[in-house]
Amino acid sequence: MKRVKRRYLALEWDFEGFIGENEFMGALWGSVARLFGENGASLANLVLIDYSGGSKMATIRANLVAVDMVRAAVASVTCVSQKAIAINVVAASGTVKGLSRRLPKLRK
Amino acid sequence: MRRTFCDLHLRVKTKDPAFKQVITKTSSLGFRMVAVPFVSDFHREEYCEFQTVCKAVDLDSVLRVDLRPRSPDELIQQVRRVRRKFEIVCVICDTKEVARQAAKDRRVDLLNFPALDYRRRFFDRPEAELACNSSAALEVDMKPLIALEGPAKIRLLSALRREIAIAREFGVPIVLSSGVSELMLLRNPRGLAALAFLFGMNECCALNAVSDIPSGIVKCNRLKLDPKFVAPGIRLIREGNDC
Repeated sequence: MKRVKRRYLALEWDFEGFIGENEFMGALWGSVARLFGENGASLANLVLIDYSGGSKMATIRANLVAVDMVRAAVASVTCVSQKAIAINVVAASGTVKGLSRRLPKLRK
Repeated sequence: MRRTFCDLHLRVKTKDPAFKQVITKTSSLGFRMVAVPFVSDFHREEYCEFQTVCKAVDLDSVLRVDLRPRSPDELIQQVRRVRRKFEIVCVICDTKEVARQAAKDRRVDLLNFPALDYRRRFFDRPEAELACNSSAALEVDMKPLIALEGPAKIRLLSALRREIAIAREFGVPIVLSSGVSELMLLRNPRGLAALAFLFGMNECCALNAVSDIPSGIVKCNRLKLDPKFVAPGIRLIREGNDC
């Protein structure tokens, strides 16, 4: 069987207050499902890898075939718990190690 | 080579309390060039303020005007008045006649269509043919795609998909702009490009539409507005008695 290729995306958000990881992932899943339907959402296969509510950053994993869909869905999220939010993908990599190597450079 | 990301349509006014915040956020998101629409008879101080705020956050400020004429004659008059004053001239096409005239006019840089009323999106094949001969670009504001939901968004996506296909067929340049006035609707350049995936643009085309194409238009117009510009390919190098 062919190995499934994946991408790890580092996300950063602007939000007044704190959001829990369940709410956050709910918003992402909701956005993917709204834009691409349940079939599209199943292709994306989103998984939360790392979450830091304090620094407003998270790492998610998605299938490579659906990475464009995930990026579009991430950009389309406008609110969580009826409060405005703006989520941006700050880095993408094929491995968690590669992603963590890129993140400190972005912080400079 | 690093791309120079541009947002040619930030809808904030210099008097707006959130103006500085929006410009700072735009810079932190990775844009290097921004334009804010001014009225045709703007005050120089307003532009200076915009320039100062942009310079403080390492952004290149672009002087842009949005024209909303009601007839083709009015458009010709307005373009004649503003062309030498502004780096970017955008026409918001509310009628088909204005859209056709704007596409024909070589002095117009960007064609913008109302996002909410899909019946007034006049970017069809004849329009594209005129635009490709005059080198006007089609501007797509991403704000409605972020803010709208339900049937309105579906209709907009459908219209944009058709327009983008036509533009690519005729080789009309496409410019992606944010068109936002609120901080929370700002997205980074790659986020804007990702949204373009929804209406059928691939990653490379979408990234060009937020970087190379808009910066190319600005660069070309700056060259033309330079006092040393004579004609395309001809520049005044030196002037004096010994020449």
